[in-house]
Amino acid sequence: MSIKGKAYIAGIYEHPTRLAKDISLAQIHAQTAKGALEDAGLTKDDVDGYFCAGDAPGLGPMSMVEYMGLKPRHVDSTDTGGSSYVLHVGHAAEAIAMGKCKVALITLAGRPRAEGMATGTVPRSRGGTPTPDEPFEFPYGPTVVNMYAMCAARHMYEFGTTSEQLAWIKVAASHHAQHNPHALLRDVVTVEDVVKSPMISDPLHRLDCCVITDGGGAIVVVAPEIARSLKRPKVKLIGAAEAMKTQMGGKVDLTYSGARSTGPASFAEAGIKPADIKYVSIYDSFTITVLMQLEDLGFAEKGKGGRLVADGNLIAGQGKLPFNTDGGGLCSNHPGNRGGLTKVLEAVRQLRGEAHPAVQVKNCDLALAHGTGGSLGLRHGSSTVILERE
Amino acid sequence: MAQSKDRKLPAPTVSAETEAYWNAAAQGKLLVRKCTACGELHHYPRTICPFCFSDRTEWIEASGKGTIYSFSVMRRAPVPYAMAYVTLAEGPRMVTNIVDCDLDKLACEQPVKVVFKPTEDGPPLPMFTPA
Repeated sequence: MSIKGKAYIAGIYEHPTRLAKDISLAQIHAQTAKGALEDAGLTKDDVDGYFCAGDAPGLGPMSMVEYMGLKPRHVDSTDTGGSSYVLHVGHAAEAIAMGKCKVALITLAGRPRAEGMATGTVPRSRGGTPTPDEPFEFPYGPTVVNMYAMCAARHMYEFGTTSEQLAWIKVAASHHAQHNPHALLRDVVTVEDVVKSPMISDPLHRLDCCVITDGGGAIVVVAPEIARSLKRPKVKLIGAAEAMKTQMGGKVDLTYSGARSTGPASFAEAGIKPADIKYVSIYDSFTITVLMQLEDLGFAEKGKGGRLVADGNLIAGQGKLPFNTDGGGLCSNHPGNRGGLTKVLEAVRQLRGEAHPAVQVKNCDLALAHGTGGSLGLRHGSSTVILERE
Repeated sequence: MAQSKDRKLPAPTVSAETEAYWNAAAQGKLLVRKCTACGELHHYPRTICPFCFSDRTEWIEASGKGTIYSFSVMRRAPVPYAMAYVTLAEGPRMVTNIVDCDLDKLACEQPVKVVFKPTEDGPPLPMFTPA
């Protein structure tokens, strides 16, 4: 049993806002849902499956189902942080393959800017029942940025990766973002700009870090017969995988991510190799996140990611592996500190031929989107989808 | 030269499962949990072994010696501090801080030893300083 060919992405929408002062979380969810359904040529009443994660207000999917007036016969509110929405695409395909729904709606929204959240530099506050790890971590001051930074520090120590190689990832994202009118940061930057930007937590500089934005997005996943009845280009799901990576009881290894499992599993399901992929959307909370995931997914040997990403190799039209052509989380959008959904959106745009002409990959027939959620240096969820233009 | 400075530390949440760990910390001892069924040590401590799922686990006292596995100096904080994973001589790696050190002179695989730093209103935290 496989999800290969059992579901298609028929509708996508990315909210244009990056600062949602006067829009509520629920409004953003509903606006993106409306946008994605209109993109697909479907209506709210066609939706019989609803997927959301912890960003949705209320208990699981309940409040948003009520707010939007949905009548789902299948729901899934699995939360693996920013990777949730990539995982939801796979889960939606599973549900569709099992006949549990035919039109699955996935939504995301967040307002960390409007709410003044100190996203990356302050330990996330405690609340509710402490997790078992909390007493052994929280008092030490783990933040988003310093835990990712420790992965970078170890990668540099073991493999000789340099700050300049990491900087190339941001440089490539900035080359793409200049063409995206909605991107938060549209200025092209250089390697020197990145390595001379202020150090936030060694070895990550300010420009190694993603943007903090409000906004959201939505995806509509449908059964093959629905996809055939619609007028949009057909984007077929051919592989999906998910994994958890933890501290493994103290056998901590910061040099790899859960993509080491999801890469081979999703490629095996799709029946293709990394070299077949024309475009990749890679979770880019930080530059190091991209480098480690590209290695783990099989685009470079472990430890050689620095060479893969350097010298413009990720820039569309120049390099061999164009990535995050919307500017990604590093330059365009990281709505609600959860960047997985926007990864799927740009992969679909590329497969449809609807990316900006300056960054559209020629004959883009196979694309991969990958997400990492939680903390790369503590514990995280990984999810991968492989998509094919039919 | 960027000498580390002490900063206010929140108290860890103590539960019945881990009370002995924190009581030992208050006496300047670092405990590790050992499984007598499979022989593996683990961290953070649990009553059921995360490797073989046996409930035959016990406390052992660690030597307090280790090496820095990785670290990052959090510069953008009111008081900069060094976040780290330390590999204990006994094997497990633990989340901690490197303290009483020059923050600009830390390195992976550097030898360190345990010290205990007071928290605001709870047991002290095991941290590490260059050996």
